Amino acid sequence: MNWLLEPWTHGFMRDALAAGLAAGVACGVLGVFVVFRRMAFVGEAMSHTTLPGLVIAQAKGLSLMAGALASNVVTALGIAVLSSRTSRRRGIRDDAAIGVVFTGMFALGVVLTARIGSWRDLSHLLLGNLLSVAQGDLLFMLCAAVLVLAVILALFKELELASYDSTYADLIGIRSQRLHALLLVLIAFAVVSGVQVVGVVLTSALLVTPAATAALLTRRMVPMLWLSATTAAAAVVGGLLLSYHASLPSGATIVLMAALLFMTAWIWRRTQRG
Amino acid sequence: MKDTALSYGGRHLHAPDPGAPALALDGVAAGHSGAAPILHDVSFALPIGKRFALVGPNGSGKSTLLKTVAGLLPMCGGNIRVFGLRVGACHHRTSYVPQRQSINWDFPVDVRRFTLAGRFVHTGWLRRPSAECHAVVDGVLASLGLTEIARRPIGELSGGQQQRLLLARAAAQESDLLLLDEPLNAVDAASRVLVGALLDRLQRAGKSMIVSTHDVGTHDLPFDDVLSIEDGTVRGGAR
Repeated sequence: MNWLLEPWTHGFMRDALAAGLAAGVACGVLGVFVVFRRMAFVGEAMSHTTLPGLVIAQAKGLSLMAGALASNVVTALGIAVLSSRTSRRRGIRDDAAIGVVFTGMFALGVVLTARIGSWRDLSHLLLGNLLSVAQGDLLFMLCAAVLVLAVILALFKELELASYDSTYADLIGIRSQRLHALLLVLIAFAVVSGVQVVGVVLTSALLVTPAATAALLTRRMVPMLWLSATTAAAAVVGGLLLSYHASLPSGATIVLMAALLFMTAWIWRRTQRG
Repeated sequence: MKDTALSYGGRHLHAPDPGAPALALDGVAAGHSGAAPILHDVSFALPIGKRFALVGPNGSGKSTLLKTVAGLLPMCGGNIRVFGLRVGACHHRTSYVPQRQSINWDFPVDVRRFTLAGRFVHTGWLRRPSAECHAVVDGVLASLGLTEIARRPIGELSGGQQQRLLLARAAAQESDLLLLDEPLNAVDAASRVLVGALLDRLQRAGKSMIVSTHDVGTHDLPFDDVLSIEDGTVRGGAR
């Protein structure tokens, strides 16, 4: 029992737990929409496109999270415009739109890094920095999680409908393109939180793996949202405990724990079918 | 049906123009924005309570016509009145049943929840469907033989069941004008019977409808008139 409880006697571990749960739950809930709207590539893109915002914020002495968020919101709106129905008719597919914005923003970040920053200064964000999360960043992550959950709760039926039948949503006046843009902005908030937890390289795992795990266990939306959030939370708690006791990097251990939960669910599903 | 302060897109329920037909098109040209028009000078009128067939080959403009009437595609000429009102003023009264391939059938939503979406236009933002909405859905599911599979994910349905589900959502909306895009395309015989029975019942209740099809002779639905469409031009129907 001491193995389970002793780590939380440290303030930095409690902060890490709160930050990890905030980011994990936000990513877990949004991840269901990401996976079933076939937007998994968005998570990868959003995490990498934090780079120019991070570099500029660091150079100007601003909050790194604010820089990352500004960068991601620009990315979200860019993808929303390029993947609109009008653009699709002009031959731009969704994945191409994401690819163009993603690589363009990341390249901008590399150029800015060469001019005004250094890789060493930002290396902790490439792999996450959960164990030394600042109080301001923790507050941002908690607010981001509350925002994500509040918007999904308020607009759940519209987001759900627009996800499987955007034509009918448009017919009754819901304006699915605007909801798509809103969803991308929410993903931007969640990804910025995720970058702090598991780093730029692994953030998409927080979006995709818990949702994919939940999808193995149920085919219904609301239980899937709960299961995805719970899986993400379990990965954060388990990953933090293991990283504390085994002196492993916390972000990577959380992602490994999520992958382990996915494999467990996958094996269970196979035994059910067999 | 109550109007809502937070109706979608600010679209409130307007009373129909007395004496106006269910649908009237006058010289309509339409297509995708920024592209050449697909429909040219389309004019016809659908009286209230009538069922018209819209017959034409693939690519003739059937779906474009129905989507334009539904307000999903912009007009570039002419005029459309639905119950005497402009398109967009009466979305509560209009339902469009798309072809099956326009739906993301992998999404984790069940038959009941999918049908309930037909009530959202009456519910609006930030409100949950009422007990009355659920009662309407129960009745529609029963009439289309979907009650037994109400909790089944939509991705596990057969083609005929999917088509019945699309019609169930439109029926749950309780609209007065139904635009059905090839509702009997590639569905089994049992589903044809159920769909046909529901359309008959809706027509007896005074609903008006346009049913697009490749060939009016391939199914047993009776029609009050047949509109032929080819290369975006419509022939037939009262003008």
